[in-house]
This record gives sequence, C-alpha cells and structure tokens, in this order.
Amino acid sequence: MSLRIVNARLIDPASGRDAMGEVLIEKGRIAALDADARAARPERTLDAAGRVVAPGLVDVAARLREPGEEYKATLESEMDAAVAGGVTSLACPPDTDPPLDEPGLVDMLRRRARALARARLYPVGALTVKLQGETLTEMAELAESGCVAFSQANVPLQDTQMLWRALQYARSFGFAVWLRPAEPWLSRGGVAHDGEIATRLGLPGIPSFAETIAICAILEIMRATGTRVHLCRLSSEAGVAMVRAAKREGLPVSCDVGVHHLHLCDVDIGYFDSQCRLDPPLRSQRDREALSAGVADGTIDCVCSDHTPVDDDAKHQPFSEAAPGATGLELLLPLMLRWGALHKRPLAQTLARITCDPARILGVRSGRIEIGAPGDLVMFDPEAPVRLTRDGLKSQGKNTPFLGYELPGRVDATVVAGKVVYERE
Amino acid sequence: MSALPDAEKLCVQLAESIRPQITSNTVMIGLYTGGVWLAQRLHQLLEIAEPLGTLDIAFYRDDYHQQGLARDPKRSSIPFSIEGRDLLLVDDVLYTGRTVRAAMNELFDYGRPARIALAVLADRGGRQLPICAQYCGVRLEVPAGARLRLRRAEDGRLSLQLEHAT
Amino acid sequence: MQRNPQLNRNGELQHLLSIDGLPREVIERVLATADSFIGVTEREVKKVPLLRGKSVFNLFFEPSTRTRTTFEIAAKRLSADVINLNIAVSSQSKGESLLDTVANLSAMQADIFVVRHGSSGAPYLIARHVKPHEHVINAGDGRHAHPTQGLLDLYTLRHYKKDFTQLTVAIVGDVLHSRVARSLIHGLTTLGTPEVRVIGPQTLIPAGVEALGVHVYGDMREGLKDCDAVVMLRLQNERMRGALLPSAQEFFKHYGLTAEKLAVAKPDVIVMHPGPMNRGVEIDSSVADGPHSVILPQVTFGIAVRMAVMSMVAGVSA
Repeated sequence: MSLRIVNARLIDPASGRDAMGEVLIEKGRIAALDADARAARPERTLDAAGRVVAPGLVDVAARLREPGEEYKATLESEMDAAVAGGVTSLACPPDTDPPLDEPGLVDMLRRRARALARARLYPVGALTVKLQGETLTEMAELAESGCVAFSQANVPLQDTQMLWRALQYARSFGFAVWLRPAEPWLSRGGVAHDGEIATRLGLPGIPSFAETIAICAILEIMRATGTRVHLCRLSSEAGVAMVRAAKREGLPVSCDVGVHHLHLCDVDIGYFDSQCRLDPPLRSQRDREALSAGVADGTIDCVCSDHTPVDDDAKHQPFSEAAPGATGLELLLPLMLRWGALHKRPLAQTLARITCDPARILGVRSGRIEIGAPGDLVMFDPEAPVRLTRDGLKSQGKNTPFLGYELPGRVDATVVAGKVVYERE
Repeated sequence: MSALPDAEKLCVQLAESIRPQITSNTVMIGLYTGGVWLAQRLHQLLEIAEPLGTLDIAFYRDDYHQQGLARDPKRSSIPFSIEGRDLLLVDDVLYTGRTVRAAMNELFDYGRPARIALAVLADRGGRQLPICAQYCGVRLEVPAGARLRLRRAEDGRLSLQLEHAT
Repeated sequence: MQRNPQLNRNGELQHLLSIDGLPREVIERVLATADSFIGVTEREVKKVPLLRGKSVFNLFFEPSTRTRTTFEIAAKRLSADVINLNIAVSSQSKGESLLDTVANLSAMQADIFVVRHGSSGAPYLIARHVKPHEHVINAGDGRHAHPTQGLLDLYTLRHYKKDFTQLTVAIVGDVLHSRVARSLIHGLTTLGTPEVRVIGPQTLIPAGVEALGVHVYGDMREGLKDCDAVVMLRLQNERMRGALLPSAQEFFKHYGLTAEKLAVAKPDVIVMHPGPMNRGVEIDSSVADGPHSVILPQVTFGIAVRMAVMSMVAGVSA
C-alpha cells in the first residue's frame, strides 16, 4: 500500500524542518519527500491543505487496561483513542492484571495489538515478579518477547538493596530501567501535594522531598552501576533541578512529565475535584513553572499522556478515595500545542517532545520524517478544536479535568506503516 | 405622598382609648420592629407596671417556604409569665392579619393568657384572616402596591410613611 | 473554577460545607439568627414550627454521639422529623457507594442531610448530586472542616468578648488533624481577628498553615501571652504515641493547659474546647472546671447555632 500526502505543512522536529511539502510512504516506510514524492503514482493520496503533517506521536506511558481490567477499558477502545489522538507508538506500563512479568503475557499483548493494526505497542516489562519487589523477572526473556525497558510502574520498591540489584542486573544486558521517583514511606497515605492547598483542604499531603529523596537514591545507585534510568512523571521543581545537575554530570538519566502536570497545579483541585486526583499529585504553581522550564530546555526529555482510564464510579468518590489518574491519549496533542502556544515555542520544538524525543527514550526509529523511517504520521489542524466531550472521546476513560474544554489541535488523519488507521469523518 | 396623620398625636389618642381597660393584670407586648417602638411609647404613657415584652415572629411566619428565613431576626424577650394574663399585643400597622396570627401562635408557646387584645396605630384593611384590632388609631386607604410603615427618627419622633413598591 | 457550591445564585446559603469562602455577612447573619434562637431555648416551649413537615437525615459515616445529638435536638426544636443513620465505614466500603446511599435517602423525601464523613470533601460530592430542594450541612469531613463547630466557637467568642477586631486567640494542640481548628481559623480571619495563633509541636502543625493567616508558636507560654481566648483541641488516642508524639504525658507537660500556663494570658481570658475533653492530656481539670472555662455554655450555643443554620438553608431554593 503506497500513500502520498500532499499540500502539507511538513514538520520534522528532529531536523527542525517546518516547510510546505509532500511525503510518499511505500512498504510501510517513508520512501520519498517533496519533489521526489511527486513523481510516484500511489494507491492513495491525502490532501493535507491547511493542516500540519508531523511524525506520529510517541507516547511513553499509556495504560490500556489489558490484560485484567477490561471493565475500565479495552485494547480496542484505547487503541482507537490513541490513533484518534494522533499517537502511532505507545509504551504501556507493566501494571496490568496480571503484571507483565512473563514472556507469554507480553507475547499475547503484542499479538493482540498487531492484530488490531492501530498504534504500535511497546510493552514495558515488570522489574520484579508481580511487581512485588522480591524477585527479579527474567528480563532477558521479556526483552526477547518485546519489552523495551523494565519498570515498577507506580509500585514503589521499598527494599533499596533490591533496587540496587535490579539496576545491576539490567545493566548487565544494557537494559534501561524506568522508575517513578517516590519514596514509599513519605508517599504513604498522601493524596495531594503537601502545602498550603492540602492544608486548607484537609488532605493528607506528599511532600516534594518524597520525590527528591527517591531521585537521590536512584542517582547514587546509577553512579555505582552505570545503568540507564528513565525517571517517570516528575512533579517538583527540586526534582527537575536534580535531573539537570545529573545530566550535566553526564549520568545516563532521562525523564518525562505527564501532560496534565504541565497545565495544572494544586490550586486546580478547587472544591475537591476528583478529576485532579493524580499520581504524582499536582504540586504548586512554582513546581508547574519549573516543569515547564524543564520541558523547554530539554532537562525533561519528553512529555507523555500517562493515560489512565478510570470509570465514573471510581471518580465519583470523596477526593482521597477516588482512583487517581486521567485519560490522556486524546489530550496529548492539544494540551501540548496549548503549552507551546502559551510559552511561545516554535511548533517544531513543541512537537519534538512528543515525537523524536520519546522515540529516542524508547529506542525506536519512529518520531521522524526522513527516508527509511517508519511511515507513521499524524495530520492535524492546529487551529480547529478537539471535541473533548464524553461522546467525543473514544477512550472509555472520560476522566480529565479538561472535559468539556475546547482546545485546538484536531487530528484529521493518522497513518501507521503507510496505512490510514484513523480518519475524521 | 398623600397626607398621613401625625403618628405622635395618634399615639396619645390610642393610649387614651386603651387607658380605661388597663388593670394590674395587664401586660404589653410589642411586635418588631414598628410595633416595639409604638409599644415603648404606649407602655410609658399608660404607666404599665410589668416591663415591656418584645416579640419577633420570624420563626412563626407562614411564608417561610416561599421566602426563606427573615433577614434579620431579633431576639424575643418576654420578661414575665404569660399564664392567665390580660395581654395587650401592639403592632404598628394591621394589614392581612398574618403577622398577628403568627404572633398569637408564638405567644401560646410561652403560656396561656386569659385574653389577648390587639392595639394598632393604623388599620389599612385588606384582611386575609379573621383578625381585628380592639384599639385602632386610624383607618386608612392605602394604594395597592404601597407599604404603610411606622418610622422612628433619630430624636425618637414617630411618623407614618408610605413606601411605594419599587 | 466553579462557583462556591454553598451559595445559590443570589448569594444565599443553600448548603453549609465550610466557613472558608463564606462571605462575612453570611457568618454574621448566622450569629444573629442564633441569638434569636437562644431566646427560644430559654423558654418553656423550646420548639418553633419553622421546619414542621421537613425531614432531617443525620448521615454519620463516622461515629459521634454528641454532635449527632445536638443536631437532633436542634432539628426537633425546629419541629422537623429526624432520622439517624449510622453507617459504619466498613459496611459502606463493602456495599453501597456514597452517592448511592444519598440517592436512596433522597427517594425517601429528605430535606436536609447532616453529613459527617471521614474523607475531606465528601459533603461537596454530596452537595453536587442532591436535588435543588435538598440541603447539605457538613457535620465534619476528614480534617477539612466542621463549620457548625466553628460558628458556635465564633458565637461563644462574640458572646464573651464582643469585638473580634481586638482579639488575640490561640488554638492549641493537634492542628494537623483538626477540622475544628481550620474552621475556626477561617471564621476568625473573615471576621477581622488581628492575631490568630496556633500552638503545638511541629509534628502537629500542617505545612503552609501560615497561609491561612495564623502565627505559629512551638512554645506554649510564648503563644499564650496576652491571649483573650484559648481554644484547646482534642488529642485523639491513636495520635498520643507513635511518630507524631512520644506520650500523652510529655504532651501535657508542654502543651497541656494548666492554670499556671494560663496565667500569662489576659486576666479575663476564656477557655474553650470542642469536646469531648481528655482531662490531663490537653487540659487540666482545674482549668476545665475553673472560672475561665466556657466549655459548657459552648454546648448550649451549639444548639442555637445549628438551629440557625438549618433554618437558614432550609428556606432557600437552589
């Protein structure tokens, strides 16, 4: 199947290109650009007049709820949501039920995803068996089944000895370990950022140093083992500063932030809006500004959706009892565009954080528009609004503080391996 | 504004009409707010022995469900026993009769008087309940939509005023 | 951000969820209305017919005899019908969701829900889902608020001290976990109290509490100097020994109210306590029963204040 896209404002963040042009995709890969693309006779031509064509989005954290939590969402619905949001590659954390600690489970998941033929799925394997923090998983086997990295998801590793051994083991094979920096004792029982707002609302707080103490421990062990570590979902100003210093030092560390945390802070909890119950918690305005600055200067390598579909009942609870998380696959692009507009960033730089940069973290060649790269593209209208309504969202999770908002960045078509997997009616 | 009678003169006339009926068993109770001002004047003129009682009917009104709680309830104070007394209830203007009905309901929660007589400065007609005043200063026609009120100036001088609906 | 859910479009109180966010006029109106109800509580027939035919459902997810009883007395004095529901937290977590419970009661023609819940914010969730003619009164949610207690504390202070703008008030004890403290702090600052202090060990003082408009003292004698009123908070058993405090004895020695510590306050200082008291832990018996204590009058005022709140909200439409 060959596909040509014409009249596009073609943006390739990796090279910095932002110019009108054409793309030809053949046999699932980008075969030609611009003048070279014009010569071909493709099976289908897509007219991208008035739209941006960029690499398909790469999302390093999206929960698909399969296996095990199908009542919250299914692979079908969430893959539909992914491509509707322009996401062509996504990594799913291992906290499924059962957790992704066995090659058989990973195989099955990848097969299911391939059969659906929507976005590419890159599973992140469990670091320890059942995520329980007692026994290492067979990381080499899991890698062979397709795991791109290993993680504890949101389950903190209490035993630092175990953390050290796990990082050593991963290093032996050159695997990357993805960790949520959250010191378990300090995080225990907390539901909001420990500060003025939590005090006013009477919510148990998690201090920022729960994050920095964990980052410190991880960095120290990294210095000893040399393991490549990706820190998931930074939330604090101090955390960003620590990563900035660690990068300057030359440590093999990277990190991401959830897109909701770029826009919201603890003030947005308002009158106990459980849509703002997130993990990590929304911290102060200062923290939000520091996260923003971190994304701008590249200290924070990429922005992810942290897609966590939660059913209505689980959100219709008092704040501390509500399930944390927000739906995010269909909000990643519009929220990122809004961030870019607010901070006056050039579009190519904004898009880098959700295309080539996360692709680099995943270790895949997606996220670029260049000859030979996978034919994964998103065509979107940066002015047209996205329908963030209950009916408009394809994900089964309608849980976002932005429900009902109008945000620009409507995806009109999504292409994976040269096939149009999503097209706006 | 049409010419309204002099409230001060009416007070004196009203007091004189009540005076023959005053006994040692008489107690006086004024209804907030205009009725209390009037009652204070009458109480003084008639030299009633027992201290003046004051009543706020906010919690006995029949329009609570439509209007909510009255904005500014005062504290009722009945510094004597009601039981078996000759009660003289005082209000400034008698109109629909609902205020007096509420006042009587409230008074019976304090005790059982021997009798209740009502004294008002002005009766503007328009009764919606079978209530009447035994002592009345003046009968007046009041245009629809207007309110007749007793006002007290800073120097304590009482006057009747007509307020048109806005 | 949403409109303050306690007030309807006309700025009238339709739910009482927290003192935080209440306009000053509303607080003063509650106090004035409570004043009128004191008169009612002093006469022989302590009832008024205001809420006749209305149903008040006491929805207590946390056990409490005294608060529930005062709400019951207040409702009955307004001639309302009272239904008490004690829902143990464990059965709730096994069965019905909070909103399902409320929906079921709503189907039974409730007018007022008096809610006490262990999770901060629960009454807000309920208020978002009740029908327009139903009203929610927060009887305490987690650590967040206990507005009727705050209002009766304000009433007590006004009764004995008259002018908030001249007062120095100290709140002592477990501020971290105290909804009583938070409500009182909001009330005092809204009414213009110039000096509000919290006194306690650092483990019991929440982060960023200064942002609420208070000064923090670790030393009780320093904090009590020249105070017009001292409010002692209850220390719960499970907090007396562990990561927050080593023992009740050490707490009493440094943060318990004794006559000797009280001596540095103003000579006419009043001592308050939301109850129930732990004698010998946060307060010495000689002070609790002494001439400065207004702890028992607080209870009487509490009934009048709750009558005021119920009669104000029940007469308001959404």
